Amino acid sequence: MSDLYQTQRAMRAMRQAALQRGVIAILDVGTSKVACLILRFDGSAVEGEGIGALAGQSAFRVIGAAVTRSRGVRFGEINAMPETERAIRTAVQGAQKAAQVRVDHVIAAMSGGGPRSYGLAGRAELDGMAVEQCDVARVLASCDVPDFGEGREVLHAQPVNFAIDHRSGLSDPRGLVGDELFCDMHALTVDRRVVANLIHCIKRCDLELAGLVSGAYVSGLSSLIEDEQELGAACIDLGGGTTSVSIFWRKQFIYGDCVAMGGDHVTSDISKGLQVSMSTAERLKTVYGGVVATSMDDRDMVEIGSEETGDWESDRRTVTRAEIIGIMRPRVEEILEEVRARLDGAGFSTLPSQRIVLTGGGSQIPGIDTLAPRILGSQVRPGRPIRVAGLPEKATGPAFSSAVGLCLQAAHPQDEWWDFDIPSTRYPARSLRRAVRWFRDNW
Amino acid sequence: MRSLTHPRGYRDPAPSRLSYRLHRLALTPHLRRAFVLGGPLVAAALVLTLIFADLERRAAMVSWYHGVVDQIQNRKEFAVNTVSINGALDPLADEIRARMDLRFPVSSFDLDLEAMRAQVEALDAVESAHLRIRKGGVLDIAVTQRVPAMIWRTRTGLQLLDAEGNRVSSLGFRDERADLPLISGYGADRAVPEALQLYAAARPVLPRIRGLVRIGERRWDLVLSEGQKVKLPEDNPVRALEQVLAIDEAEELLSRQVVLVDMRMPRRPTVRLKPKSAEVSRDERVQQLGEK
Repeated sequence: MSDLYQTQRAMRAMRQAALQRGVIAILDVGTSKVACLILRFDGSAVEGEGIGALAGQSAFRVIGAAVTRSRGVRFGEINAMPETERAIRTAVQGAQKAAQVRVDHVIAAMSGGGPRSYGLAGRAELDGMAVEQCDVARVLASCDVPDFGEGREVLHAQPVNFAIDHRSGLSDPRGLVGDELFCDMHALTVDRRVVANLIHCIKRCDLELAGLVSGAYVSGLSSLIEDEQELGAACIDLGGGTTSVSIFWRKQFIYGDCVAMGGDHVTSDISKGLQVSMSTAERLKTVYGGVVATSMDDRDMVEIGSEETGDWESDRRTVTRAEIIGIMRPRVEEILEEVRARLDGAGFSTLPSQRIVLTGGGSQIPGIDTLAPRILGSQVRPGRPIRVAGLPEKATGPAFSSAVGLCLQAAHPQDEWWDFDIPSTRYPARSLRRAVRWFRDNW
Repeated sequence: MRSLTHPRGYRDPAPSRLSYRLHRLALTPHLRRAFVLGGPLVAAALVLTLIFADLERRAAMVSWYHGVVDQIQNRKEFAVNTVSINGALDPLADEIRARMDLRFPVSSFDLDLEAMRAQVEALDAVESAHLRIRKGGVLDIAVTQRVPAMIWRTRTGLQLLDAEGNRVSSLGFRDERADLPLISGYGADRAVPEALQLYAAARPVLPRIRGLVRIGERRWDLVLSEGQKVKLPEDNPVRALEQVLAIDEAEELLSRQVVLVDMRMPRRPTVRLKPKSAEVSRDERVQQLGEK
């Protein structure tokens, strides 16, 4: 765990360096597309009466954006590294060309790797003193860490809630007086090999990794409005290869999960059902797709219009739109039911508000706003990411919610466990640094 | 497994690793600035070097440059056509003209006014000179002449000196400037101010003064009419002269039979009588003693 602590701190230092420089790139390596946005932090936040902080996104501006088709990625995990490297190079070079700036630091999102959430609890004695920074570090370090399993890596470890004696729900306990300090921490682990592949792939593109964030977390960050984050809401990012689920409550990310099914499965279903190629199936899905069939759709004949086999009979077939919908609907229902099962497992039904926001490219399927409430509950709305300055129009759709969320996360990072110094008791005994730390904590 | 390498002629839509790195290198701020700024500079330097590497071309360039400079300097706006001399009388003005030896018209760029001023001031009769080029191509020379204050008789002739002792000009006859006092003796010109002071002090006996003679380059003799002489000391001669004149006023010393008043030791003035009158005085003294 200490090894991870050091790498995460190194990444945090790298991000600080990048922010000093003022230019940072964010990279969303997804199953269906690779997006790269270049942000410039010039500190010229728009301020004035009636203009809030806008979640910090007024501090930066997107100066370059590029999207390319993803290659060599399945289920949000890299399975052909040279291919993925080429896709990342294409996206980064396009964005650099648009921005006319060279970027060296990149913050990446990862949606695959089978994320698992853990709730940790810690407690520390205060003896009637006021809480200070070192006490927070102490209580975070005192969390009893469960066995995450072989080959798991902690991606996030965020303090979610603090309590002093019997007062709970504190977001910042510093300065408060009490006898005992408790904390709840949310840890998210992913597969170490998947992370290592992504890091290696980015390194091969001559880029420095300045942060690694869960895709579920950042898409929730950009799609949920502030009230929803406060009262409790789930964000479902229907991506290409995976469907990410994140639950927010009291403005904290408390649960993240991932269903290894997405839009690509819908496409492959169409491809198999209609005996057409994947690209044709993708076109049919995006142009004629839907999940709720009406009587009109039975008469709506769609020409497949591919010229693949060279056989007239095969290439000039027509299908009704209802047939396409009939293929798509069961798969979408399956995805949503799987999401429902994950939400139930996470105890989403116990939250005071049960708002569910659908985002990601899959949320653009016509009719999903009538299908989803039947499975997920009545409070479902389609969501698109918050607007940020300088983002091109083509990158404002729901498919870019995790990319936009990464921008917000880069501008306003959440405190993580490794942002606090290790308490002196964790240092090896007889260490000089331990002595220095002890002096700094006590005087 | 199928071949991982692509067939010949396949072009990947992604940028190759080389082009990706070159693109990043081109976007590096320092390199970019060096290229945008340094590239044109280097190119310009190269072109200039190649042009000037040829000796003939360089010579042609230099001669062209000099031609242009001459052309501008010889314009009629810069030509000087006449010289006007103020403050100098005719013989001196003619001498200045001859000394400068200018052939008009001449470009004002070719005139070295400082050197010309030195040339004019080198003349004895000129105390100072101001030169400037006026509008209309006129070289204006304003001359301040030296004013003669004294005549110096030397072995070779008479010289006019100004109040500082500088030579002004020669003089043919003493009568030409009867108004000026006369001095003589080796090194007398170096003590002109003192001589003037002595003349000012000797105003009461001015009509009788013949002149001042510098003795041994250190002290003065005042020569009066009828061969009378006042020997003045080296230090403070004016005071000694005033002393003599005071005695003269009280006792009419100089109207008596006195040949020489020696004031070289001011505390012990000595008087020499005419040889005849000395005998007379001695006889008188003898008679007085005899009567007693």
